[in-house]
Amino acid sequence: MSFIKGLRCRECGRDFPAKALFVCEYCFGSLEVDYDYPAIQARLTRELIQSRPPNIWRYRELLPIDGNPTVGFHTGMTPFFRAERLAHALGVKELYLKDDSVCCPTLSFKDRVVSVALSRARELGFDTVACASTGNLANAVSALSAQAGFKRFIFIPADLEAGKVVGSLIFQPRLVAVEGNYDEVNRLCAEIATRYRWAFVNINIRPYYAEGSKTYGFEVAEQMGWKAPRHIVVPAASGSLLVKIWKGFKELHRLGLIEKPQTRLYAAQAEGCSPIVTAIEEGSDIIKPVKPKTIAKSLAIGNPADGYYAADAIRETGGGGAAVSDSEIVEGIKLLGRTEGVFTETAGGVTVAATRRLIEEKRIPRDEPIVVCITGHGLKTQEAVVDSIGRPIRIKPTLDSFEEQVKDKTGGQ
Amino acid sequence: MMAITVRIPTPLQKLTQDQPEVTADGKTVDDLLKDLERRYPGFKDRLCDPQGRLRRFVNIYVNEEDIRFLKQEATPLKDGDEVSIIPAIAGG
Repeated sequence: MSFIKGLRCRECGRDFPAKALFVCEYCFGSLEVDYDYPAIQARLTRELIQSRPPNIWRYRELLPIDGNPTVGFHTGMTPFFRAERLAHALGVKELYLKDDSVCCPTLSFKDRVVSVALSRARELGFDTVACASTGNLANAVSALSAQAGFKRFIFIPADLEAGKVVGSLIFQPRLVAVEGNYDEVNRLCAEIATRYRWAFVNINIRPYYAEGSKTYGFEVAEQMGWKAPRHIVVPAASGSLLVKIWKGFKELHRLGLIEKPQTRLYAAQAEGCSPIVTAIEEGSDIIKPVKPKTIAKSLAIGNPADGYYAADAIRETGGGGAAVSDSEIVEGIKLLGRTEGVFTETAGGVTVAATRRLIEEKRIPRDEPIVVCITGHGLKTQEAVVDSIGRPIRIKPTLDSFEEQVKDKTGGQ
Repeated sequence: MMAITVRIPTPLQKLTQDQPEVTADGKTVDDLLKDLERRYPGFKDRLCDPQGRLRRFVNIYVNEEDIRFLKQEATPLKDGDEVSIIPAIAGG
């Protein structure tokens, strides 16, 4: 049964059919899926959701497909837990991690959006899928489209981390490394998308794809005991995840599944690519594009498509943002590792470092609960930390060598 | 007369009789948009808001460079330049 009413322009409100369209042909605004909320409300309850398997499709009524999903049966319901040791290190009372570094199958939140995009692409009759990616999306499309049996073309910037290249190639897509930055890859793909009838998950399938990010917010609310968090810090590249987490909370409230959210949203960006945070800090209506220069390549989108909506959501909720340096990012990754045993990629380092900054600057109070969004695994971006985490202690296979090199030098610890 | 190649995004191809690429003329991007409006009436309305400014989800590139890194609508054009008009797109 379908709950999709159609697509609606986020700028001018014109309605379009629920096809492979992504942009309003009148004003170029992006299109958003519109649902039959009364019909969903008549059906969807907390009990129904909780009775379903622990994957993103437990929220199926709020996801944009007509029939049954094709992929993503192991995606979602990632760990959500109280992080006491990180809270102590940051000097706050109550802090939680939502950990998509262990999202299946490719260790980032992109498995959510791609599971939705590919299920919809199949319904729309495509046999070939494609994407422009900073790496995580490439991994997710490569793996899930292999599982779903699509032909696939994946476009990435040529300078990506080895982990992200291997993490795509292993699934044997046609992987195209473009000599340029992500914004250039994206522009090229927009032009390719007009020539070939492929399902570009982040272009012509975008309205459906982006809805998958709501499941991150749904899970946070469900795992908190059916309520929205007070403060939530979200890494921002295109800005879509932040916008959709907020939409997810609002939808749950609209359906009577949670109380009215008292949430404040915060965007975490790298100093070398912070168009959204800059716009918020300057109180500007314009998102000025930048040429990214940061180790956080998964957040290196200089021309963020959802930047305006992310800034709107942040202002609407009284939240904020912080932009952190490359060295703070590395420190953030290490801090999360040594306090919570979670190895996150550079984007997670950005989020931890931004959270620290927002707390230190008293923009997030120390006595209110905070959720930190971890969205990808550290094995994908080893280059960022390999030179700043020390080396193993090398010894001979003898007790003497052990005691001399390890026990005596480290004080027996 | 200068010949500037303009790549037309799908939503605007109805105005250009389904041509994905057209030739137009102009010393600057602003001139070019005016010339496109002369050749394909209605064109400028779709790209610009009622105050005549480019809509915020329209990206224009001259020889693959975003005009917001150049001189915006005053970006100069020369014979043989290629201009792309592209809606903003998501990603990650």
